[in-house]
Amino acid sequence: MATQTSDYSAPIPGSAETQHATSLGLANDKLAIWGLIGSECLFFGALISTYLMYVTRVGEGPTPADIFDIPFTSASTFILLMSSLGMVLALAAIQAGEMRKFRAWTLATALMGSTFLAGQIYEFTVFVAEGFTLQTSPFSSSFFVLTGFHGFHVAFGIMMLLALWVASMMGRLPQQLHTTVENVGLYWHFVDIVWIVIFTAIYLIPAATSVTTH
Amino acid sequence: MADVEHEEHQHPGVGQYVEIGIILAVMTAIEVVIFETFDAGLPLAIGIPALIVLTVLKFLLVVMWFMHLRFDHKMFRRFFYIGVFLALLVYGIVAANWFLGENVAFCCT
Repeated sequence: MATQTSDYSAPIPGSAETQHATSLGLANDKLAIWGLIGSECLFFGALISTYLMYVTRVGEGPTPADIFDIPFTSASTFILLMSSLGMVLALAAIQAGEMRKFRAWTLATALMGSTFLAGQIYEFTVFVAEGFTLQTSPFSSSFFVLTGFHGFHVAFGIMMLLALWVASMMGRLPQQLHTTVENVGLYWHFVDIVWIVIFTAIYLIPAATSVTTH
Repeated sequence: MADVEHEEHQHPGVGQYVEIGIILAVMTAIEVVIFETFDAGLPLAIGIPALIVLTVLKFLLVVMWFMHLRFDHKMFRRFFYIGVFLALLVYGIVAANWFLGENVAFCCT
């Protein structure tokens, strides 16, 4: 009986109580995710810079104003922004111990991310059907590489969200592991801020300037 | 460990998260309106700086409130700022190349 009581009160692996003290006094996993985000900033910075360098090199292909569907992309952007809201609401729910709300918001966030991704796949399909492919011009190559890599990041984030949801459904994600949810959330918000920059720098400004210069 | 736990108690509440979400949605709508106004004759010299300012504000709102950088330890901020600085540096080099002419070489070849 004494053994059973001891088992129930044992700290959960991965929870704050089981983490080793560090010289910085910070959780190693959270520091690692911020390190990853810092390096990803440079990665996407390089891709965005490449796009901006090649955006005017359209060759015989279409210009940004010809090909981009701004209302459609605006709707996708809105959905991704709202998924970030869903993510913080999921985090607030698990921190408060409201596991049903946590699962609902996590699933809603994953669904919004999936909707965004489906929109991107549809957009790519339309572009290819219109003859705007990876090989059309330096502009098209840099566009597909940048937005494609962002799409991969969104897909990876969705998989992590679904893993959290499944773990919670199986009872393997108690309230004490809320830092795990926070780390996944940090990654998800990073994907969102990258898209905030992409929406303006890759879609709105190039489309506006090529409309005006025509 | 105590520091970590202390920081986690300072996160914003649900009400603040929803407020930030609404502000982000409104700012995105303003961006689209600005874009659509270009066709009606809005000068690029006004519209593009406005779009950039809105983007920076949206970026900061997500980073500071949703990612809790405003409330978290300064070490996390440093990791992020170094990444952003390097990204801006790369962009600055590209912009310099663009302004100085496309034939400017970055190496000795």
